[in-house]
Amino acid sequence: MEPILPDKVQELIDRFAGEEIYLHLETTNGAYASHFNEKFFSAGAYIRNAKLIYEHGKIVGDGPYRVGLKLEIGWVYAEGLTHYGFDEDGHLLMAGHDFDGKLAVALQIGKTPFK
Amino acid sequence: MKTMEVEQERHVLVIFPHPDDEAFGVSGTIAIHTGRETPVTYACLTLGEMGRNLGNPPFATRESLPDIRKAELKKAAEAIGIQDLRMMGLRDKTLEFEDDQKMMDLVTDLIHELDPSLIITFYPGYSVHPDHEATARAVVRAVRAIEENKRPKLHCVAFANNTLEEIGPADIHYDIRHVYDQKMDAMKAHISQTIWMLKDLESGVAQEGSELHDRFNYEHFWTYTFDENDKVSEIK
Repeated sequence: MEPILPDKVQELIDRFAGEEIYLHLETTNGAYASHFNEKFFSAGAYIRNAKLIYEHGKIVGDGPYRVGLKLEIGWVYAEGLTHYGFDEDGHLLMAGHDFDGKLAVALQIGKTPFK
Repeated sequence: MKTMEVEQERHVLVIFPHPDDEAFGVSGTIAIHTGRETPVTYACLTLGEMGRNLGNPPFATRESLPDIRKAELKKAAEAIGIQDLRMMGLRDKTLEFEDDQKMMDLVTDLIHELDPSLIITFYPGYSVHPDHEATARAVVRAVRAIEENKRPKLHCVAFANNTLEEIGPADIHYDIRHVYDQKMDAMKAHISQTIWMLKDLESGVAQEGSELHDRFNYEHFWTYTFDENDKVSEIK
């Protein structure tokens, strides 16, 4: 994974637009957040291999970045993205790594399902 | 705290959901069993696919982490002499959403095959992570279904903040200092998960009496009893 270059990532997002894609979206504060701090309100969401088509997508912000994908009748977005890269299947991986090196958010797009 | 001798077992079955669960809490005890040539089977239910320690700058991605953790798990198993490591193929953070009967059957099948005299897992209700809890419930249900005089012993690990006040202190304490190196090797094998703790350890914070010091010198278990303390529900 490399620090996000917005122009580069925009180009990649454009490349998947208008085609059927598989999507992984995840936010997490970790399963131990409320154990270490009982006042912490633990929340997260996860979707893997959602099959959808987005009309267009956009990366915005000065870093950490936000990415939004406009669907025919809905939206997908993620915020806090810091890094991007590819897996061995050529899926586009975008992730937000916090100051301690822990994953906080992931948005991934591919033309084939994630394993 | 009075430590005791580890009893001689016929076969030990260890069931945890994540690669590294075995290293933190029970790797010293496992090393003692394997050191006596007692067969130990470790059924690790997931590959810890949802681990968050990916680094910044990142050393892994959401997609590459499972293979990294699989390799770490094999290395850790080797460090503590586990001959029979089984990766059960479930997915991290999904166990509580799995079919409860399927989870129980998975444990029942292992018990039928291996006939363990001791099972080690988490203590239901006091093990914090939803996967730990789902694993513990499945094990308790599977063991509870066995006729009382044929049940293997069930030793559980508990670490929720309310453990002491609700179920009291552990009843089993092992001194694992003579297998310290093996435990340390198991911890080091899971480097993607343990690097922060190992850094703390090297910086000398592990003074006598600290939690970190205790972790590397003693291991503690709560014997599960199938009486009024058993709060695991029947499958609906």
